[in-house]
Amino acid sequence: MTTKVENADVSRRDFLYIATGAVGAVGTALAIWPFIDQMNPDASVLALASTEFDLAPLEEGQGVTIKWRGKPVFIRHRTPKEIEEAKKTPLAELKDPIARNLNLPPDAEATDENRVKDANGKVNEKYLVQIGICTHLGCVPLGEQGDYDGWFCPCHGSHYDSAGRIRKGPAPRNLDIPPYKYTSDTVIVIG
Amino acid sequence: MSGHSTYEFKNPIARWVDERLPILSVVRGQLVDFPTPRNLNYWWTFGGILATMLVIQILTGIVLVMHFTPHTSMAFDSVEHIMRDVNWGWLLRWMHANGASFFFIAVYIHIFRGLYYGSYKAPREILWMIGVIIFIAMMATAFMGYVLPWGQMSYWGAVVITNLFSAIPVVGDQIVQWLWGGFSVANPTLQRFFSLHYLLPFVLAALVFLHVWALHVTGNNNPDGIEVKSEQDTLPFHPYYTMKDLFAILVFLMVYAAFVFYSPWYLGHSINFAPANPLSTPAHIVPEWYFLPFYAMLRAIPDKLGGVIVMFSSLIILFFLPWLDTSKVKSLKYRPLARQFFWLLVIVCLVLGIAGAQPAQGAWLLVARLATAWYFIHFLVILPLLGFIEKPKPIPASISEAVLGKAKA
Ligand code: HEM
Ligand code: FES
Repeated sequence: MTTKVENADVSRRDFLYIATGAVGAVGTALAIWPFIDQMNPDASVLALASTEFDLAPLEEGQGVTIKWRGKPVFIRHRTPKEIEEAKKTPLAELKDPIARNLNLPPDAEATDENRVKDANGKVNEKYLVQIGICTHLGCVPLGEQGDYDGWFCPCHGSHYDSAGRIRKGPAPRNLDIPPYKYTSDTVIVIG
Repeated sequence: MSGHSTYEFKNPIARWVDERLPILSVVRGQLVDFPTPRNLNYWWTFGGILATMLVIQILTGIVLVMHFTPHTSMAFDSVEHIMRDVNWGWLLRWMHANGASFFFIAVYIHIFRGLYYGSYKAPREILWMIGVIIFIAMMATAFMGYVLPWGQMSYWGAVVITNLFSAIPVVGDQIVQWLWGGFSVANPTLQRFFSLHYLLPFVLAALVFLHVWALHVTGNNNPDGIEVKSEQDTLPFHPYYTMKDLFAILVFLMVYAAFVFYSPWYLGHSINFAPANPLSTPAHIVPEWYFLPFYAMLRAIPDKLGGVIVMFSSLIILFFLPWLDTSKVKSLKYRPLARQFFWLLVIVCLVLGIAGAQPAQGAWLLVARLATAWYFIHFLVILPLLGFIEKPKPIPASISEAVLGKAKA
């Protein structure tokens, strides 16, 4: 009789003990989330801004850097020589064979054509639009430099070709192409 | 070795307090009577120097915050305001900026002291590992502090270092956005760095407390690497080591003051006098001198993830040092071969520092690669092997024998 009551007691205590511990642990785990998530981009940062740019004033061989979502965007009016070099580079020679063009499927190949395609599939190979952030550790590469007539990142020595594709150095990926589309023959909207 | 004081306080008020909260007998036991090896040399004063620098950083930091504005539109100007308008602002800012450098000078000497005299070996493994955590926390603090004045080097340093995390497979980009609070280093980043830069030094203070606690359980190591055997081997901490430490602290502070007053910008980079510009990276970005060896390792590897792994491993490896070194002999005074490899390691680390300041190409890149390789070979191959190969010199029976000679001891 006594033993029975004792046992009943013990299992009741065990239950209370485990239940309290479990509620405490799960509750704490849930309460941590707001403290972590508050660091993620907030609503004002997420409110996606878009930027319009008129390509017409850009001379051949001229490039500009504009700001979109706090990031530098390179817009370059390429010379025929640059375009030709980029086109005749075999895909097998590329370190990163993927287009990295946010307007295309994620597995699109890094052909020169795929590097200058907008969201509607329009191709204007004269104008190359890309996010000017080195895919290594985020420096802004310098234009018309490097071993491939494209961009050179001085921070740790990455060379990009005239289509913004990584050719040499520690950077793992081609420069990203932001989402953009032509609204007329010479005006694009980024974002 | 516990050093617990049996001191009876004569003063009735002191006795009354101590019976209720034994804080006075703890101070007496740990800071006054504490039995300390009699043979400690000046390399043992850097612990006290480090504590002093932490206090200086906290005091100057707290008053700088009274005038600093953590917002991208005003941070740079508010630091200039500190330099030009605030009473003694220039002094406080240069004390803080150079204080960080001197903090690192002291910590590097302190760490290499530990390497030379085998202070990481049993029974001091935990003491050593807390030290490594302190070192990493110091680096995080200094990195985030350097971002606050929002100059060109501040900004691009923040970009490059936070981007290290983008090397993590799959979730890397997510983590970087989380660190930034946006799609680039921007105001949310500056504000959180400010919050953490204020917090971390106090975490450091708590870690230092644990470090000293562990020290007072095992007692000090010493230049002969022999454990204390009898009272003959020790001296009370006060006045012998309080005075020795104080003397060293004063000399160290004089060198520090020479920099603060006569060339406060010598250890920094002039490009940080230009405000941050997210659209243009300076041609040659380099971290502060105390990060250069690690930066050289990062750049030595021609692969993004590989470089990041190697750089962090160079720190992580220090946690395993107590088990990588297989020799039972602590002090290199009695290890002729290990001593030569120690100095080689010192040179390799200095070379890494120099290489980290050069553009990453040509001969310097090769030098950085060789030095990086040697750093790891030293810890992973040389140290484990030496314990078996090397024949140590005869070790004195006790500290007092080492100090006084066999006859007298
Ligand atoms: C472990 C201790 C600390 C280290 C290593 C450290 C390091 C640094 C560094 C390297 C800078 C940049 C200096 C410059 O170039 O101007 C800095 C700036 C700053 N720190 Fe600290 N710090 C420490 C503690 C603190 C504390 C405790 C506070 C506040 C309570 C603080 C507040 C500030 C402020 C407001 C700035 C910006 C003003 C300036 O640039 O001089 N720091 N810190
Ligand atoms: S950030 Fe461009 S090469 Fe490292």
